[in-house]
Amino acid sequence: MTQISERAAAPATAPNLPAVPSAAQPAATTQSAATAVTFAKALNTALADAMEADSSVLMFGEDVGPLGGVFRITDGLTARFGPGRCFDTPLAEAGIMGMAVGMAMNGMRPVVEMQFDAFAYPAFEQVVSHVAKLPNRTKGRVLLPMVIRIPYAGGIGGVEHHCDSSESYYAHTPGLTVLAPATVRDAYLMLREAIALPDPVVFLEPKKLYWSKEVVDLGELRRTFEEGSAPRTIGSAVVARSGTDATLIAYGPSVPTAMAAAAAASEEGRSLEVIDVRSLVPFDDETVCASVRRTGRAVVIAETPGFASVAAEIVARVQERCFHSLAAPVRRVTGFDIPYPAPKLEHHFLPSVDRILDTVDELQWEDGQ
Amino acid sequence: MTIPTNSDSTGTEGGVGKQLLPSPVPVQLIDQHGEARADARYALPDPQALLTGYARLISGRRINDQANALVRQGRLAVYPSSHGQEACQVSAALVLQSQDWLFPTYRDTVAVITRGVDPLEVFTLLRGDWHSGYDPYELHVAPQATPLATQLLHAVGVAHAAKLRGEDTVVLALCGDGATSEGDFHEALNFAAVFHVPVVFFVQNNEYAISVPLKNQSVAPSLAHKAIGYGMPGERVDGNDLAALLSVLGAAVDSARSGGGPALIEAHTYRMQAHTNADDATRYRSAEDVDKWIPKDPISRLRTYLRGLSLLDDAVEEQFAADAEALAASIRAGLNADVEVDPQELFAHVYTQKTAQLREQADLLRDELSREAVQS
Ligand SMILES: Cc1ncc(C[n+]2csc(CCOP(=O)(O)OP(=O)(O)O)c2C)c(N)n1
Ligand SMILES: [Mg+2]
Repeated sequence: MTQISERAAAPATAPNLPAVPSAAQPAATTQSAATAVTFAKALNTALADAMEADSSVLMFGEDVGPLGGVFRITDGLTARFGPGRCFDTPLAEAGIMGMAVGMAMNGMRPVVEMQFDAFAYPAFEQVVSHVAKLPNRTKGRVLLPMVIRIPYAGGIGGVEHHCDSSESYYAHTPGLTVLAPATVRDAYLMLREAIALPDPVVFLEPKKLYWSKEVVDLGELRRTFEEGSAPRTIGSAVVARSGTDATLIAYGPSVPTAMAAAAAASEEGRSLEVIDVRSLVPFDDETVCASVRRTGRAVVIAETPGFASVAAEIVARVQERCFHSLAAPVRRVTGFDIPYPAPKLEHHFLPSVDRILDTVDELQWEDGQ
Repeated sequence: MTIPTNSDSTGTEGGVGKQLLPSPVPVQLIDQHGEARADARYALPDPQALLTGYARLISGRRINDQANALVRQGRLAVYPSSHGQEACQVSAALVLQSQDWLFPTYRDTVAVITRGVDPLEVFTLLRGDWHSGYDPYELHVAPQATPLATQLLHAVGVAHAAKLRGEDTVVLALCGDGATSEGDFHEALNFAAVFHVPVVFFVQNNEYAISVPLKNQSVAPSLAHKAIGYGMPGERVDGNDLAALLSVLGAAVDSARSGGGPALIEAHTYRMQAHTNADDATRYRSAEDVDKWIPKDPISRLRTYLRGLSLLDDAVEEQFAADAEALAASIRAGLNADVEVDPQELFAHVYTQKTAQLREQADLLRDELSREAVQS
């Protein structure tokens, strides 16, 4: 079943990156070709540009051909590059994944789409036993330059099996690079980088952000990426909002929520920094810990059930590295340890601004606030 | 129909699996013009059974229309319609006895309601209140499955357990044409055949899996042919001919019940509407393609046939329409009422005993909600 409700989230921007016009600074003030671009369009453009630049890049999966994918991320690719480069497969995720492994072994750079997070599970065996392990088994003789695109996480009112936050399964599997962009700019740059990487990448696309918009110049992003001057995204977290009192650490769908919480907190006189982790594996300890050392307090925010999750890993890493800078235990705001709820109940499950602010309030402030 | 048993299928030279092969064209007993067609193996069902089935087709179509309208009104999150496939839906339910089990998919709402499950409990899933709204044991209907083909193995397990427990149970498991590409489909067929258990696999081939046409899904002579590789009989049936469906499915159910083992039945039908309301079918098929199937509608041919037998007249038709309307009205009324779901239920059923962690999380949510209630 495909359930899509158009719910644009607030654009999350990353102010520390090189000048990117934001909605607050209209394109007219620069002479760039910046326009309001959706997250979905940025991904679509990244795929098209990668296919244009390298004829070994292929795109396949379920409904990615003439339909353009149920989220339209592959829209127009079959028409432009032909059915040999972007095509539908029989309906079988293990088949898609296993065939991609073979193609990557034989000179291609496959990008595969798993239609929804929970529908990637039939391919789990291929991912865990082969995608993640073949390079290691063969001492690097076999490389698997492939990208597994997964529309993931919730907040769209989807029925069961359409809203899982499955990042922890992948992040727990050595050999997989796991990325989760949260901004339109990162959607483009990270997908380009993922396709160019010689290692296999699990590329998690937050569904609820597909229709979020940001003013970006895709042509400029293409140029900087292709000439190698774009800053590297894999293995690098970014400060999405600067602050001094505490650090909110988020990724993917939780970044806009963290940004909204920081905005609300600033109205109450508290200055929160927001870190967009964006690269779950490899993890950027340096950027995250530098922030926490500055602020002395941290809350990790993620949609995934918290138990044994990526959020748990981040808490552990920060605690280990920043113990002497901490004024309070590092806390988590995550989904509950339950199956993703039915649409009418999902708002109880998702990390909310209020739940984040409640948690921030509990960070042992000296003034007893 | 005489369905060959395991021992028949071991075959002689040149004839391996021959008895297992489906008929070269789908079995049809009433054609699209409402004319009866003779078939050497399958007899027309009794006219009263067809009349009952006809009433169910009328209700089934009304349920599809009503559910589509409720999606437009925002009362259902989504609805995968079986418009045009009602004969498959109705027959899947009608060929079963009370002790039998039905394993439906997301598309099979009409089959589940025809089996007797309370429509409001069926719509719990699509209304977004919970993941499944009815008690599967009450009428032996498994929760509607979304992960494709996975339910087929559960069906095999239920049948296997029934066999071990000496129960007189047949399991009918539904899936679509696209789902036949999944590994679980093949594992289910093989398990059912090896353990020789009473499962009827019923594939509704509606020619599309979302946007992907059957020709991109399989190049086998038919989906029913896949059965013979597992040593079970396959059969093809006109999926818009209720008479043929009742006869073919009925024979497979009878055979399974009497120890004949599993069978694979492929019904040739067509998905007349988009995959769901969220899908835009104009991107991958033309209106003309869809229009070709209008004359093959399952309702119109049976209506012509039954009127020809004088079993159906205006008065009976009005009665059937009124019954369908009453059903639709009760669905509307039920779904227009707002049902509160207790958020504490989120934590209540994950384990038989709530873990300490879940108790903590439940308390956190209770506390948040009570503070919200005070504020507002
Ligand atoms: C394992 C899995 N992969 C993908 C999906 C997404 N999906 C839902 S329905 C569907 C098409 C199924 O087509 P078919 O089996 O022909 O059934 P139909 O919808 O036509 O009744 C797809 C790809 C899913 N539900 N489960
Ligand atoms: Mg189908």
